[in-house]
Amino acid sequence: MTAINVYNQRPADIAGQSPLHHAGFEQLIGKGRPNAGVRLRERKLLGHLTLRGDAKDPAFCGGVHQALGLELPVALGLVAKGETSLQWMGPDEWLLIVPRGEEYATELRLREALAGQHIQVVNVSGGQTILELKGDKVRDMLMKSTSYDVHPDNFPVGKAVGTVFAKSQLVIRHTAENTWELLVRRSFADYIWLWLQDACAEYGLAIEA
Amino acid sequence: MLNIFCPHCGELRSEEEFSPAGQAHIARPLNPEACSDEEWGEYLFFRDSPRGLRHELWLHASGCRKYFNATRHTVSYEILETYKIGEQPAFTEAAGKKSAAQGVSA
Amino acid sequence: MSQVNRLSRGGRVDRSQPLTFTFNGQRYQGFAGDTLAAALLANGVDVVGRSFKYSRPRGIVAAGAEEPNAVIQLGSREATQVPNVRATQQALYDGLVASSTNGWPNVDTDLMGLVGKVGGQMMPPGFYYKTFMFPQSMWPTYEKYIRKAAGLGRAPTENDPDSYDLINRHCDVLVIGAGPAGLAAALAAARSGARVILADEQEEFGGSLLDTRETLNGKPAAEWIEQVLAELKTFPEVLLLPRATVNGYHDHNFLTIHERCTDHLGETAPLGAFAHKPVRQRLHRVRAKRVVLAVGAHERPLVFANNDVPGNMLAGAVSTYVRRYGVAPGKQLVLATNNDYAYRTVLDWLDAGLQVVAVADARSNPRGAWVEEARSRGVRILTGSSVVEVRGSKRVKAARIAAIDTRSHRVTSPGEWLECDLVASSGGYSPVVHLASHLGGKPTWREDILAFVPGDGLGLQARVCAGAVNGVFALGTVIADGYSAGSKAATDAGFKAVNGKLPRAEERREEATLALFHVPHDKPTARAPKQFVDLQNDVTAAGIELATREGFESVEHVKRYTALGFGTDQGKLGNINGLAIAARSLGISIPQMGTTMFRPNYTPVSFGAIAGRNCGPLFDAKRFTALHAWHVKNGALFEDVGQWKRPWYFPKPGEDLHSAVARECLAVRSSVGLLDASTLGKIDIQGPDAREFLNRVYTNAWTKLDVGKARYGLMCKEDGMVFDDGVTACLADNHFLMTTTTGGAARVLQWLELYHQTEWPELKVYFTSVTDHWATLTLSGPNSRKLLAEVTDIDLDKDRFPFMTWQEGKVAGVPARVFRISFTGELSYEVNIQADYAMGVLEKLAEAGKKYNLTPYGTETMHVLRAEKGFIIVGQETDSTVTPDDLNMGWCVGRTKPFSWIGWRGMNREDARREGRKQLVGLRTVDPNQVLPEGTQLVFDPKQPKPMQMAGHVTSSYQSASLGHSVALALVKGGLSKLGQKVYAPCRDGRLIEAEIVSSVFYDPKGDRQNI
Repeated sequence: MTAINVYNQRPADIAGQSPLHHAGFEQLIGKGRPNAGVRLRERKLLGHLTLRGDAKDPAFCGGVHQALGLELPVALGLVAKGETSLQWMGPDEWLLIVPRGEEYATELRLREALAGQHIQVVNVSGGQTILELKGDKVRDMLMKSTSYDVHPDNFPVGKAVGTVFAKSQLVIRHTAENTWELLVRRSFADYIWLWLQDACAEYGLAIEA
Repeated sequence: MLNIFCPHCGELRSEEEFSPAGQAHIARPLNPEACSDEEWGEYLFFRDSPRGLRHELWLHASGCRKYFNATRHTVSYEILETYKIGEQPAFTEAAGKKSAAQGVSA
Repeated sequence: MSQVNRLSRGGRVDRSQPLTFTFNGQRYQGFAGDTLAAALLANGVDVVGRSFKYSRPRGIVAAGAEEPNAVIQLGSREATQVPNVRATQQALYDGLVASSTNGWPNVDTDLMGLVGKVGGQMMPPGFYYKTFMFPQSMWPTYEKYIRKAAGLGRAPTENDPDSYDLINRHCDVLVIGAGPAGLAAALAAARSGARVILADEQEEFGGSLLDTRETLNGKPAAEWIEQVLAELKTFPEVLLLPRATVNGYHDHNFLTIHERCTDHLGETAPLGAFAHKPVRQRLHRVRAKRVVLAVGAHERPLVFANNDVPGNMLAGAVSTYVRRYGVAPGKQLVLATNNDYAYRTVLDWLDAGLQVVAVADARSNPRGAWVEEARSRGVRILTGSSVVEVRGSKRVKAARIAAIDTRSHRVTSPGEWLECDLVASSGGYSPVVHLASHLGGKPTWREDILAFVPGDGLGLQARVCAGAVNGVFALGTVIADGYSAGSKAATDAGFKAVNGKLPRAEERREEATLALFHVPHDKPTARAPKQFVDLQNDVTAAGIELATREGFESVEHVKRYTALGFGTDQGKLGNINGLAIAARSLGISIPQMGTTMFRPNYTPVSFGAIAGRNCGPLFDAKRFTALHAWHVKNGALFEDVGQWKRPWYFPKPGEDLHSAVARECLAVRSSVGLLDASTLGKIDIQGPDAREFLNRVYTNAWTKLDVGKARYGLMCKEDGMVFDDGVTACLADNHFLMTTTTGGAARVLQWLELYHQTEWPELKVYFTSVTDHWATLTLSGPNSRKLLAEVTDIDLDKDRFPFMTWQEGKVAGVPARVFRISFTGELSYEVNIQADYAMGVLEKLAEAGKKYNLTPYGTETMHVLRAEKGFIIVGQETDSTVTPDDLNMGWCVGRTKPFSWIGWRGMNREDARREGRKQLVGLRTVDPNQVLPEGTQLVFDPKQPKPMQMAGHVTSSYQSASLGHSVALALVKGGLSKLGQKVYAPCRDGRLIEAEIVSSVFYDPKGDRQNI
C-alpha cells in the first residue's frame, strides 16, 4: 500500500486547451493599437505544483534544494532558474512552475528527496495559468485593479503577492522591469481577461505570441 | 478600510484581502462531552463585545490563507498588534488604553 | 442684455473665448474660465432656485463648495442628467444646459409660493418628526409632494454614456487643498523625496491666492502659484490632482478622492485618441501614510432678517467674483461684518469702480489696516451696527442698518434704510473641519478665533493641519504653517525634511473678530421676518429657538428636529450660527453645546464614480468551467450558482423548461445523460493524519475506508447543524480527495484550515484546492457503462469496479480518475480529467454517445433526479437549523467515534434532540399534477383559525416525468412519525393543496439501479 497516489495526469500526445483557449489569442497577435502601453501573452499549459512543508525544518529546505537546485524563497519571494520558478505562497506553501510536461517527473524527484517527511505535493497545472504583461502602462493598469501598492519601492522585481484583483483574487508576480505576471485560476480567467481588456483600453493592449 | 499587518506576509494589507472570523482565543473544549449544555452553549454562542480592546481572529483570505489574531480597539478601530496563532497578545485592556491614545499605529 | 454684470477687465477668465449655455431654457453667454455661477451672475440672473420649505426665491450666495442655493440639474438629454451639481463648482463649457432643481413649475412663478406660503404653515420645524411619523400610511403622499417640491434633483432614466473608474493609490503624504498652505506643504513634502499627492477641488490650484489682493514677494500672488507648480512638476513622485475633491477620510488613513476628469469639457467625455472615450470621473482610493489637511475655512454669513433674498452674498464670494471672474454681482454694495478681513471686499469693489453704500461693523471702534484704507477712500463705516433687515423679494432693494448691543442681543436704534442691491456679509471664518471629523474626532472650540478647529483626532487620523483650517489666517504665517506641516508629515512618513525659502507676504494690522452670529431684531425672533441659518434646508433662527423650547437640548437632536446641516449641505454655512443660536437660547456656551459630526461625503459623489468599472459585464466575477464553450454550442441556458455559470437545461427547438427537463430526466433514467460537475469543490488532502482529520470534521467514520473506495460524508458546525456534504475518496493511505458542494468549496477549505491552524496544528495534514485543476464529467444512466467502455481502458466490470469505488485509467486517451458515485440513483461514473484536456474527452464521449442518445443535462434535471431519490441539497433542504437526524440521515452519524467530532456535542443538546423537530419527509400531492410551490408553509389543519400553526415548509418540489406525479421534499414537525398523514399547503394564490406525508425516497427505494 502506498502512502500517496502520484499520477501522471497529462497525456503526452494530445493538445490541451489552456484556460484562455477560447479567447483566440493567436488571431489577435499583431492587431490592436501600435505602441500599446500593455503587451500580453499567456504562458500556457506549464506544469504547476503546489508544495507544502515545514520551512523551519532544514531537511525540508535541503530536500527542496536537492530536488530543484533552488533555495526556498522567504515571505513574498520568487526565485527562478531557467524555466523553473519557485514562489512563496504562505508560510508552509510554495508554488513551483516547471516547463510543460515536467510536473510529473518533478513531483517524483521532490518526493524522493523529501522521503519520510510530512509534505504535500499537488499537481494543479490544469487549474491555473499565467498571463505575462509588459509595457510602461502595466503599473497604471494594475493600480486600477488591485489595492496593493505596485510602486517598485514596495513591489520590486522578485516579489510575488497574493491579493485582491478587480472582484476576484490572484497572485501578482514582478518578474523583471516593466514585466509582471498574473497567476489566474482557470475558472476566473475569462473574467480577468475581460477586465484586462477594459482596464487597458486607454493605454492600448497588444497580444504577443 | 482598515490596514492590517499580516504577521505571515510581514506587511500591511488592505482590509479587503481579509475575512474576520470572530473573537480570538476561544478554545474548543478538550472534552466536549464533559460540558454541560450551559457550558457548551457558552462556548458556542456567547462572545464579548467590549467598548475597548478586542482580540479578534482574522484570515488573510486572498493572501497567504493563514489565520492570525489582531488586537483592535472597537471605538477607534486602531489595530494595536497582530500576532500568530498560539501567541499571546502584548496589549490587553489595561495596557491598551495608554497606547490607544498615542496615535495611529499599523 | 449680455453679461450685464461683466467687468471690462480683470479676472482670470478668457474674454476672447465666449461660451454659450442655457439655464432654465434661456440662452446666455459666458467666458472660458467661468464657473456656471460666475456666468449666471455675469448675466444678472438673480434667482437660481426656490427654497426647500418656504419656496422663497434664492440666488447665488457663495463661490465654492459651500453654496447652498445654486444646486442645479445638469444635462441636455435624458442620458446625461446629473443632479445636485453646485453651479459654483461647475466649470462652464460651450453648450452647457442647466436648470434649477428647486422651484416647480419654474423659479420665477412658483406655484407653491402663489398658493400662499404653503411651507410656512404646513412645515414647521420638526415636520419630519411630527408629520411623517404618523400616520405611516400618509408617507407616500407626503413624499411625492415634497420630493417634487424640494428639488432633490433626479437621476437619469437612461444609461449613462460615459465611463467611470476607480484607481488605487498609495502615497507618503496626501495634501488636501492647494491654497497657500497646501502648496507650501506639498513643496516641503516633495523636496523631502516623499511620494506626494496634491488634490484640490477647484478648476485650478491656488485656492484663496486666486482672488487675493495681497502680494507675495511684492508681486501678485498668482505668480507664486506658477513657481510652486513648476517645481512640483519636476518631482516624478508627485501627483497633482485638480478638480479632485477629497470627500471621505476613512479608517487607517484611507481617503477617497472624487476626480472630475472631463466634467469641464462637456456633458459627456469627448472622444480621445484611437476613438477611445476617456474616463469622465475617477474615484481615487488612497492609502496615505500621512495627510496634510490644508482645506481652509468657510466664511460664515450673518443671520439677519430676510438674509436669503437674492443679492445677499458672502463677502468673500463677492471678492472672488470680482477678482477671479471679472463679475460684479450688483452695483451698490452694503457690507455687514464683525471682522477686518471682510473689508477686502469693499476695497475690491472700489477697485472695480463700483459704489460702496456703507459698511456696518458690529465692533465699536475698528482700526485695522484695511478698515483704515476703506475709511481713507471715503467709505461710510457705521460702527457698533449691523444690517438687521433687508427688503426686496427677488432682489435686495434696501438694507436697514441699526445700532446693536451684542451682549443683551438687542437693537438699540431704529437705524436707517439704505438703498442697495447687494448685501455682503461676513460673520467670521469657520475652519473646514469636515474631513477631520469623519472618523468621529471632535472639533475643538477656540474662543480667540470664534471657531471650531480639528481636534487631535484621538489618534484616528495620521494627519497634520495647516493654514486656515488650523485657525491660522495671515498669509505669511499660513505659508509658513503649510511648509512646516508638509515637513512634519514627510518626517513622520520616514523622510528627511529640507528647508526652503518662503515668499514674503506683507504685514498688516488686523483686529479681533467680534462674536456675532445672530443679529438681533426689534421684534422677537419668532415674529421678526425670517432669519435664515441653513439656506439649503430652510432652517431659521426661530426654528432653532423653537426646537430648544420644545426640549431638544442636545446638538444632535436639534439638528434632526430642524434639519440643520442635513443632506448634501453638511452644515457648511449654517452649522456654527445654528449652534450659537441654540446655545444662547439654552443659556450655555458654544463649546458646551458642542458640534454635530460631519459625515462623508463632503460633497455629492456620482454613483458612476463609486461603481467604477464594476458594472455591466464586469459587475461581478464570473466563473466558467473548461467545458463552457461546448455547453454554449449545444444550446444550454445558464444558471448562476454563486459566481459559476452552470448549464441550467439544454432546450431543443420549441422546448420550454418543463418539456426540456422532462426529456432530459427520461433520457437519464432510460439510457444515459451527461452532466458537467466540474464546479463541485475538490480538495486534495495529504498527510499521515488525514484520516483522523476526516474523522473529526465529518459526522461519519473514516477509519476503515480502504484505498480505492469512496464514501459520502456530512459536515456539521459545532452546533450540530449540517453545513456541507460530499463524497471523499481514499486515493492512497495518506491521501484523500474530498468533494464539497459547488457553493461550499471556499468555505469548506477555510473551515478545514481554521481547525487545522487554530485547534489541531499537531495533526500532520495539508489541504490544497484542486477544484480548478480537475474537470468532472458525470455519465449517468443504465447505458453509462456501455458508453464509457467504448472510450476507456479501465475494466468496468461491476465486481471489479463496484459502486462507491474509483479507478485510474485512460478515458479518450487522457489519464483520468473515474469515481463510481451517483447523485441520480442510476448507474453513474464521474470522470475527472485535468481541465486542459477535458474538452477533447467530452467531444469523444459525445460522439460515442450518439447511439445511446447521450443527453446533456443541466442543474434543473439534476435537481429533479436527486429529489426523486430523496437526496438532499445543502442550502435547499438545510438552512443551518437542521441536524443529520432531522434529515433522517442518522445512518451517516458515527455515534461511537472516539474523538468528539465537530457537531457531535452540538447535536446532543437538549434542543437538538427534542421531540417535534422538523424532519425531512416526502410529500405526494393528492392531485398528482399539482406541484407545491417551493417554500410554501404547511399546516396540519387547514380549518383552524388564523394565525395558523405552521407544521413545516416545502424545501424542494418538481414534476417528475419518470414517476408521472409531482414529488416534493419538506421539513415537517415530527414528520417521520406522521407517514401516511395529510398536510395542507395554503398557497398565496388561494389554492389549498392537500398532500400525503411519505418517505423522501420516491424512486428505486432499494437503490438497485445505482448498484448494478
